[in-house]
Order: sequence, then structure tokens, then C-alpha cells
Amino acid sequence: MSEDILNQVTQGDYKYGFTTDIETDIIPTGLSEDVIRLISSKKNEPEWMLEFRLKAYRHWTTMKMPTWAHLDIPEIDYQSIAYYAAPRKNAPKSIDEIDPELLKTFEKLGIPLHERMALSGMAVDAVMDSVSVKTTFKESLSEMGIIFCSFSEAVEHHPDLVQKYMSSVVPYTDNFFASLNCAVFSDGSFVYIPKGVRCPMELSTYFRINAMNTGQFERTLIIADEDSYVSYLEGCTAPMRDENQLHAAIVEIVALKNAEVKYSTVQNWYPGDKNGVGGIYNFVTKRGICKGESSKISWTQVETGSAITWKYPSCILLGDNSSAEFYSVAVTNHHQQADTGTKMLHIGKNTSSHILSKGISAGKSQNSYRGLVKVNPQAENARNYSQCDSLLLGDKCGAHTFPYMEVSNDTAVIEHEATTSKINEDQIFYCNQRGISTEDAVGLIVNGYAKEVLNQLPMEFAVEAQKLLQITLEGSVG
Amino acid sequence: MLEIKNLHANINGKEILKGLDLTVRAGEIHAIMGPNGAGKSTLASVLTGNQAFEVTHGDVTFNGKNLLELSPEDRSREGIFLSFQYPVEIPGVSMVNFMRTAVNEHRKYKNLEPLSATDFLRIMREKKELVEMDNKLTNRSVNEGFSGGEKKRNEIFQMAMLDPRLSILDETDSGLDIDALRIVANGVNKLKTSENASIVITHYQRLLDYIVPDFVHVLYNGRIVKSGGKELALELEERGYDWIKKEVDGE
Repeated sequence: MSEDILNQVTQGDYKYGFTTDIETDIIPTGLSEDVIRLISSKKNEPEWMLEFRLKAYRHWTTMKMPTWAHLDIPEIDYQSIAYYAAPRKNAPKSIDEIDPELLKTFEKLGIPLHERMALSGMAVDAVMDSVSVKTTFKESLSEMGIIFCSFSEAVEHHPDLVQKYMSSVVPYTDNFFASLNCAVFSDGSFVYIPKGVRCPMELSTYFRINAMNTGQFERTLIIADEDSYVSYLEGCTAPMRDENQLHAAIVEIVALKNAEVKYSTVQNWYPGDKNGVGGIYNFVTKRGICKGESSKISWTQVETGSAITWKYPSCILLGDNSSAEFYSVAVTNHHQQADTGTKMLHIGKNTSSHILSKGISAGKSQNSYRGLVKVNPQAENARNYSQCDSLLLGDKCGAHTFPYMEVSNDTAVIEHEATTSKINEDQIFYCNQRGISTEDAVGLIVNGYAKEVLNQLPMEFAVEAQKLLQITLEGSVG
Repeated sequence: MLEIKNLHANINGKEILKGLDLTVRAGEIHAIMGPNGAGKSTLASVLTGNQAFEVTHGDVTFNGKNLLELSPEDRSREGIFLSFQYPVEIPGVSMVNFMRTAVNEHRKYKNLEPLSATDFLRIMREKKELVEMDNKLTNRSVNEGFSGGEKKRNEIFQMAMLDPRLSILDETDSGLDIDALRIVANGVNKLKTSENASIVITHYQRLLDYIVPDFVHVLYNGRIVKSGGKELALELEERGYDWIKKEVDGE
């Protein structure tokens, strides 16, 4: 097994580094009201959606990119990005109608649609560049009343739901990148689980940024109605590129009374080469609202890719007795940077939140945890437990922790623990002396370190995540 | 099996081993004793390939191979096992996972198929009994929260799982009460065959009551200065090391 990984890494470099030669409609670069009208018309959107986009765009032009993060971000020229790219052959009705080049792409990424459908029982909503190509299992899910389709389809077929909930968790004024997303969002997933329904399969989505200089602005909206349950997986790969690519997504989750949403992410975007050139910028706004009583949202993320990661999957605990969890393993190597964490806003009564963050830094990377636990004056009996651990591999990387606690109610119980550690050479030598190579030893130790978080992932992801951790850290020790 | 010729080694520029010679054959138990700072643990570190130590001179042959050219993990896979004096803790890594990885690495080196999960667990159960380890300990992370005695027993348990040709026991008796000592020594004795060998590094005669050596060597000032049978250990117990130091220094 270790041989495989060594080979993959030394010869394979970034295995997903390839591009597809598909005819894509690319709108020329630059951002203006005209571009937005063009995007909206190409997607056949209703007037209210265009209005929303324009409102967001106008607001965005008044904003400046924030600079408070512990990140070194080269200047982004928003006028040199193309904001829309769609494969030409659109809306296939059956798998035979899908652009065969596209299907080949999906296969290379390891998701042969037809096979994966049957074997794993996972419904896959594959987003190719900016347009959803196919949603599978739509039919069997729809028998239960579950809606799982592309965002664009939802705008067309379920406009009432979209209008009711879109931007209710992340308003278009929320932050610089959210505004941008609201103006130019491409597509994404839409999920609606009706009252009392427990979604029987993991829902999943796959991404790829293909065309040069195309920003990926997807947005996902998940609505779990009363007493429902859904587990959603998000996993990304991206091709090798020299140009930095901007990924400014929005994910909104609404959980009504007694509903539970589990959202898991394994992120493996191209991180840039060993010298820090190229790589994806992952600036994402993810937020859930525990709107109803006793609702629950949990975010689990394994972040190993991207040149720069900037995201804080958060929860608003509005409903009484609601709870939220955040589990994260963020790995940075070479010249990667990450400023990530979570915000838990306690508003209702008897709310609780649990934060477990494991940062692993190697090479010359910088890894920061930034978290906010806020308890409003009316939030009686709020409970929070936060644990942020940092693991440093080598002596040229950095780990930073910025925990914020704003507590305005004196019945709250807030706990915070933090540790910083290194893998020490004695541990590696101990493994060596038992016949385990240094590469494998680091893998064992790092996976042991991240175990608590990895255990939160659905099985399919957990295995991929373990392998990812090992591959990301190759060459970082010894 | 093991032949050490004129071994010189230093750490941080300071020479510790100054021309050590030693020959160990299959089926033999060699005890190495000596005053503090003589180089006993250094010998163990050098044989197992600890990078902190630099070999400046000499040869070490193991099973006909040049041991000094092999990586620490290859030395292990060739059949060398070290029972550490201070075993480290590796939180988050379960004993089962750790042992299974080690065992399968050894098997791969010998071109054997990895053990199935059931076979592995069965062997684990067998070997656990050798050192009276209960499930409680094997379900934990490597050495995490183990007492001193439990750590030493865990070392011998791992030795049983890996079935080495040459085991080096570095002060295995330090920090053990009588009962733990008995259990550990018992385990070591049960693992002895005519095909394998042991180097037992110790300060005290006590351990050698249980693990009876064929040869006893005194390591002083980086060299083996005196060798004998098991009676030598008894003599050291009575007289200490002064008389040997005088003998050597007086040369």
C-alpha cells in the first residue's frame, strides 16, 4: 500500500491534473451588468432572479475585499475572469444524450455515472464548469417527495421554495465574496427533504473547474423540513493550472423543527506546485440555520487542497434546544495557506455547539483556525465546547489560533481547549524500528491525530480522506 | 549471526563507542553490563540505525549483510528488534493498527501475503497471553497511558508478534517490580529458540537470574573490556565495576 502511495505521489504528481477538450461556451472576461444579464438570459431565468443578481452586483461594486485574514493573497483582477462556461450540449434527457467527452471526464474523475449509481446507491449531481449536466436517481427520490436537482432546475421548477429560502441564511450583503456569488453564481445543488422523510442515501456532488480563468461560483441550498434527515457529501477535484482560479461558493442550509442535516466535505482542489505557483483560491461562505426547535446541523470538512482556503462553515442556533457541530481537519503543505474555522451563534434557549478543529501544517505553509462563539443576551443555557489542536510537521510552517468568544448571557457554559504539538522524531524512529517506513509512520500518526474528525465522515469519504491526508503530507517529514 | 568489528560511533561530535567488538551466534543470550555512560544504550541505538548517532569506523555484519547500510526499517525487517528503555507514546494510533502494519511490512519484505484480519487477531490473542496483557491494553493507542511495567510488557508483546532473529533488550528491567519482572522475563524465555539470539543490556544481576545468559560482557569506556560466563555477573554484583576500571585504566 505504501508503495502505491509513494509511486502515485512521486510520479503522478497531481493525479487529477488534466483538462478536457470540450466545446464550452465561454463568455469573454470581465464583469458588468451586461455580463450578468447575459448569464441570466443564457440560463432562462425569471425576472426576479435577474433583479436579485443585479441588486447583488450593484452592492458588490461598493465593497472592498477584506484584508483581516491571516493570508497573503495576490491581487485578483476581477475583470480578467470569465464568469460563465457551459458545455454546449445541454439538458440531455438520458445518459446517451450526454456529451460523450463529458462522460469521459467524469470517468477519469472516478465517477462513471451509470456504475456509481447502481453500486453505491448514491445520487450524484455532477456540475461541469457552470452548468449541471445530469442529476441521477431523481426519479426514485422524487417518489419520496425528495427534491435533489441542480440549482438552475430548482429555479425553473420550484421557484417558490427557492425564493423563500435563497439568501435567507447568507444575505447578498453578507460579505464581498457572497455578493459576488449572488451576482454571478453559476449553478449548484438544490435539496428539499419533505416533512418526516429520512433521505435513504447519501446525496453527493462533484465539481471541476475546466476552462482557463473561469471562476467557479456555485451555490447550494439545502432545506430540511420538519422531522427530516439528510446527509450530504461534497467532494471536489480540479485540473492542474498555472492561473489561480477563484472559487467563491455559497452553501446555505435550513433545518426546520426536529430536522437534521449532516454536511460533509472532502476538498482536494489543486493546491499549487511545490513552489507555491498556481492553485485554487477557495473563498467560500457556508452557513446553516437551525431554524426550528431541536434541529441539528453538523459540518464535517477535510481540507487538503487549494492554494488558499478561506471559509467558516457556521451555524445560527435560532430554534430552542437546537445544536450544531463542526469537525474539521485542515492540512496545509508547501506554500498553502488556510484561514478557516467556524462561527456558532447562540440565539434560542438551551442551544449547544461542539467544535473540533485539527490543523496540520507542513512545509512552509500557514494554517490558522479562526472561530467565533457568540451567545446573545436572550440565549439562556447555551453550551459550547471547542477544541482546536495544531500539529506542526517541520520547523518552517506556522499554526495560528484566533478564538473569539462573545458571551452576553451569564447562564452560558463555554469551554475551550487548545493544544499544539509536533510529531517527534522518537515516535518516527519507534515505528521505523518496528519495520514501518517513515512515510507510513507519518500517515499512521496523522490519521490517528485526525481520527476523531474522520470518524464523522460517511464511510465512502473516510477512506478517500485517509489516503488524501497521507498523499498531501508526502515528503514533509525526514 | 551478528558480528561487530571495531565499531566507533559518536553523538554530537562526542565519541561514545571506541572500538567495540562482539560476536553473537544463533541460540545465544549475551548480557551487556557496565557503568553509566559506558555506551550500552548507544550500542543499541547504533545497531538499530538511530540517525542521532554517527558511525565513524568499523563493520557490523548481520546474517551476512552489511547492517550499517540498511535503513532502520529494513534492519527491523531483517529481524532485529529493540525493546526500548523508554518506549514512546503514539496517541491516536491503535495498538492493533500499529502491530498489523508492522507485521504486514515484515511479511511483505519476505514476499509473503499480508495476514487476513482474522488470522492477525488470532495471533494477537495468542501472543498477548505470553506477557499476560489483557484486552484493555491492546485496545488503546500505542503506549498511551501505560504504566512503566505495562510499557515493558508491551515491548515483549511486540517482540512476540514480530518474531525477530536478534532481540536487543535495553534495560528491560528498569522500573519493574518483582511481578512485572517475572512476567517480562518469562515472556522472553518462552520466545527463545535455537534460531534466534538476544542481547540483554542491564545494570543489575537480578534480571539475569531469570534470563540466564550464555555470555556476560562488560562495556566500559566504549569498548568491551571483559567477557565471561554468567558468574561474571555475580562477581560484578558483589564487587561493582571499580576493579574492572582499575584493570583497564591500569593497562
